[in-house]
Amino acid sequence: MKRELNITINGQPYNLFVSTHRTLLEVIRDDLDLTGTKVGCEMGECGACTVIMDGRTVNSCLVLAHEAEGCEVQTIEDLTEDGKLHPIQESFVEHGAIQCGFCTSGMIMSTKGLLEKNPNPGEDEIRSEMRGNLCRCTGYVKIVEAIEAVRDGGDK
Amino acid sequence: MTLSRFDLFSPERLDEAVALLKEKGKDTFVMAGGTDLLIKRRHQVIHPRTIVSLKKISGLNRISFRSGKGLTIGATALLGDVARHRTVLRIYPAIAKAAGNTANVQIRNMGTVVGNLCNASPAADNAPALLAMNAALNIVGPQGKRVLPLEDFFLGPGFTALQPAEIVTSVFVPMPLSGSGATYLHLSARGRIDCSAASTGVALTLKGPRIDKLRIFIGACGPTPLRMPKTEKILINQKLTKTLAVRAGLQASKESKPISDVRANEDYRSKMVAVLVRRAILEANKLARDNK
Ligand SMILES: Cc1cc2nc3c(=O)[nH]c(=O)nc-3n(C[C@H](O)[C@H](O)[C@H](O)COP(=O)(O)OP(=O)(O)OC[C@H]3O[C@@H](n4cnc5c(N)ncnc54)[C@H](O)[C@@H]3O)c2cc1C
Ligand code: FES
Ligand code: FES
Repeated sequence: MKRELNITINGQPYNLFVSTHRTLLEVIRDDLDLTGTKVGCEMGECGACTVIMDGRTVNSCLVLAHEAEGCEVQTIEDLTEDGKLHPIQESFVEHGAIQCGFCTSGMIMSTKGLLEKNPNPGEDEIRSEMRGNLCRCTGYVKIVEAIEAVRDGGDK
Repeated sequence: MTLSRFDLFSPERLDEAVALLKEKGKDTFVMAGGTDLLIKRRHQVIHPRTIVSLKKISGLNRISFRSGKGLTIGATALLGDVARHRTVLRIYPAIAKAAGNTANVQIRNMGTVVGNLCNASPAADNAPALLAMNAALNIVGPQGKRVLPLEDFFLGPGFTALQPAEIVTSVFVPMPLSGSGATYLHLSARGRIDCSAASTGVALTLKGPRIDKLRIFIGACGPTPLRMPKTEKILINQKLTKTLAVRAGLQASKESKPISDVRANEDYRSKMVAVLVRRAILEANKLARDNK
């Protein structure tokens, strides 16, 4: 059944008409063409679909689109400013924390969520807070280093 | 096969939610965070036609504490919020720990403690500590309200004592007595990204140096979380020693009914129950001594 859905994505309000069984991930990618958010397991396991909803990181594959009614959603597309990469993105590039890149959008959104909650996490906290994001390529060491560098860089 | 298509309702009042559940009947499901429900749909274990979301019901996400009475965790209170809640951390550390050790950040930002209980997985991370601390569920349904001890709630994997169209509105945990301590310990075979392969919740109260009251539960080792009465018997009215804790652990291992599955085999589980129960009793006893 289709219903009206009002949602703000990356600062822009949308008025959509969406079936009640569809997920936020499907709407973001298929209806709004924001394909930076990735589809991995669709089971909440891998974190490739991580977005920030009202200030919290969530797996958009497990959020029904209509459950985001009235919410503010931020996706990876919102991080660059005037074509300039966000410091977290810069750091991932610099530290070789990206190989195939499939996990990267989710990793970066989770990093943003983590640093907004705690700007000064230790390595253990970084590892435990990033547990919801799986990477098949890098072995995580580079990802942790990239996050530590953002932390030590002061601003985020 | 394509996944079921369903209609979604997000009522703002509890009585509307109950009425919807009753009216829609078969293949209608309550949803809190959806982190179990939507996975079961994806695995085609269920085929929802209607989902009733509790998210818009005001006040249902409340976490409140009344001194001398206890703690109430509302049905839509997030795992992450329970894990970080100041009072929960201070007075109910075992409950904060269980919530904070469930799944990962994203899932804790969506899933709820009450949803974890209602899903009735034998491995549910939030069940053992709440059971040990003598929690009760507040339930509302077509016949009105009722209160059910959590101990009477779990009937089997995925089965609870909820009647059709009933909704759990909150879980209540009595205020711990002075001289009491509670712990939650768990293990999973694949580090901590996985559901628990074995877990235990222990709550005890000391009278002088002796254990006066005691409740031990283990998770993931039977069709539901299980109480360990024979193990409790070894310890009650005793002054805890290391030797006694070891004996109690071994008894718990005998009393549990683990199976082999993808998370761990039976042998590993039995051995780990002995270890977890031994450690949890010692830890709860220490907390109780410090809490005089
Ligand atoms: C990647 C991943 C990792 C996970 N890891 C863990 C883990 O480590 N430990 C663990 O224990 N669990 C884990 N889970 C399972 C799940 O996240 C938890 O059980 C969570 O607490 C469920 O809460 P929810 O609010 O999302 O429940 P929902 O999915 O909304 O509901 C679960 C069930 O309970 C019913 N229900 C929910 N609320 C009520 C209510 N108030 N009244 C009546 N019925 C209700 C629903 O109809 C449904 O059948 C994991 C899940 C995923 C996807
Ligand atoms: S696609 Fe959402 S968690 Fe894997
Ligand atoms: S870079 Fe390939 S999955 Fe992480």
